[in-house]
Amino acid sequence: MLSPVILIPALLNGLLTGAVYALVALGLTLIYGVLHIINFAHGALLTAAMFAAYFAFTVLGIDPYLAVFIISPLFFAIGYALQRFVIGPASHGEDRNMLLVTLGLSVVIENALLFGFRADTRTIDVPYAFSTIDLGFTYLAVPRLVGFVAVFVVALALWLIMSLTDIGRAIRAVAKEKFGAQLAGIDVAHVYAVTFGLGTACVAIAACLLMPTYYVNPSAGNAFVLVAFTIVVLGGMGSVPGAVLGGLVIGVVESLSSLFLGDSLGQVGIFLIFIAVLLVRPQGLFGAKA
Amino acid sequence: MTTETLLAVENLRAGYGESEVLRGIDLTVKAGEIVTVLGSNGVGKSTLNRTLSGIVRAQAGRIRFEGAAIEREKPPAIVARGLIHVPEGRRIFPNLSVRDNLDLGSYARAKPRRTQNRERVFDIFPRLRERVAQYAGTLSGGEQQMLAIGRGLMAEPRLLILDEPSLGLSPLLVEELFALIMKIHAEGVAILLVEQNVVESLEVADRAYILAEGQFALSGTAADIAADPELKRTYLGL
Ligand SMILES: Nc1ncnc2c1ncn2[C@@H]1O[C@H](COP(=O)(O)OP(=O)(O)OP(=O)(O)O)[C@@H](O)[C@H]1O
Ligand SMILES: [Mg+2]
Repeated sequence: MLSPVILIPALLNGLLTGAVYALVALGLTLIYGVLHIINFAHGALLTAAMFAAYFAFTVLGIDPYLAVFIISPLFFAIGYALQRFVIGPASHGEDRNMLLVTLGLSVVIENALLFGFRADTRTIDVPYAFSTIDLGFTYLAVPRLVGFVAVFVVALALWLIMSLTDIGRAIRAVAKEKFGAQLAGIDVAHVYAVTFGLGTACVAIAACLLMPTYYVNPSAGNAFVLVAFTIVVLGGMGSVPGAVLGGLVIGVVESLSSLFLGDSLGQVGIFLIFIAVLLVRPQGLFGAKA
Repeated sequence: MTTETLLAVENLRAGYGESEVLRGIDLTVKAGEIVTVLGSNGVGKSTLNRTLSGIVRAQAGRIRFEGAAIEREKPPAIVARGLIHVPEGRRIFPNLSVRDNLDLGSYARAKPRRTQNRERVFDIFPRLRERVAQYAGTLSGGEQQMLAIGRGLMAEPRLLILDEPSLGLSPLLVEELFALIMKIHAEGVAILLVEQNVVESLEVADRAYILAEGQFALSGTAADIAADPELKRTYLGL
């Protein structure tokens, strides 16, 4: 029989893994909610940010938890510039073109990484990689705990930006009423770029949280984005609380299903839940009814 | 009333892709005037408004606002100049509170005076004050129209374009609306009014233009236009 001694740690571990999923999903859902496109470059940007964190550590000797304060603004700028100067102009205002441009972009980024760094898998060695906190009945891995706290800090920061700043209000306005926003003097191209920048900054943060315990190769980000996409649909397309909660749920589901079905089948549970939720609530947990 | 020209449009041409909607428009609005543009459905009144506010690109011609050529400017720059367009169909932000909607009205202009202007809007529309935290999408149609106008006023317009503001309002509210237009005008704001309520519009306006087939078929003082038999023929189709 499964005792709580096994079940509770699995649950906690699931929550902590789910936090990183939530961050990746947060970026994806933000971009979807405003630009109404699935950002196919999300995975490639995550990979690129993981490489950035890898080299910040190996070349400059900066710990990923410090590097995040450089890499996330840097990736905000990269995301902003990509949308403003590449994706936006190349799509001529057509949403479906935007989708294709992000797809093209992901191919370019992945191949550039492959060309530059080959397919080798790389890891970094940080002293705290295997540190744990003793809770008495179980141990918590420190890097996962950091990730868990980080996702709430990021979600809170995003919420504050969205509700208290003019650019945040403008982002929400553009999401639902582009024409009205233009007439209020809001520069839609700028708002799109800021949103894409914020989404990209989210994956950069996720990358820095992952690097201490994970590996990077030119396609490392893809696995996360596939799960993140599931979370975005599950939580409701464009919903920030949906992404956070959905991320945690999926983390737990994955952890419990590896416990019951074995490691290799861990992700099967995700897709079972995914299908089950969509059957009952097609708009997702937090999505508005169509 | 001063005679300073606020808006001067010369030989303006605009449309969508291949189809030309405006085929050489000449229009002026002087400071402190109410000018109304009338015309049947689909004739291009809203297109004219969209071209003035930079949403639709002018294909030819000139638009001068307070002496500056604005026909190549983008909407944010035009809004910053004080040419404010309250569009047909309200276009408020349904997912934002009444307060956030108003605050975004001062996104590009008059931001330092946001708080006092918001109070001013609430004085004009007390119903908005009662609903300050409500999502705009849950307001009634009439309240949404008040919000749309309020959002426009937040930018301290020099010229306020109102595109069919009475659409979908009850007769009583239409009365109120026209009283309000006079009130805004009395504060020194010039108004370009596009309306289906021909009679009321001609009553409040100083001058009027009748748009037909991409050009102004008729223009003159509101009183003259109201008396012109041509109005009934070209506009009302009688
Ligand atoms: N985005 C668009 N793309 C293509 N054609 C358009 C577009 N918007 C308007 N039109 C066309 O341009 C013409 C003028 O439309 P517009 O909305 O300016 O008319 P209007 O005078 O405001 O009519 P109404 O009184 O019904 O509001 C119409 O034939 C319309 O079908
Ligand atoms: Mg119209």
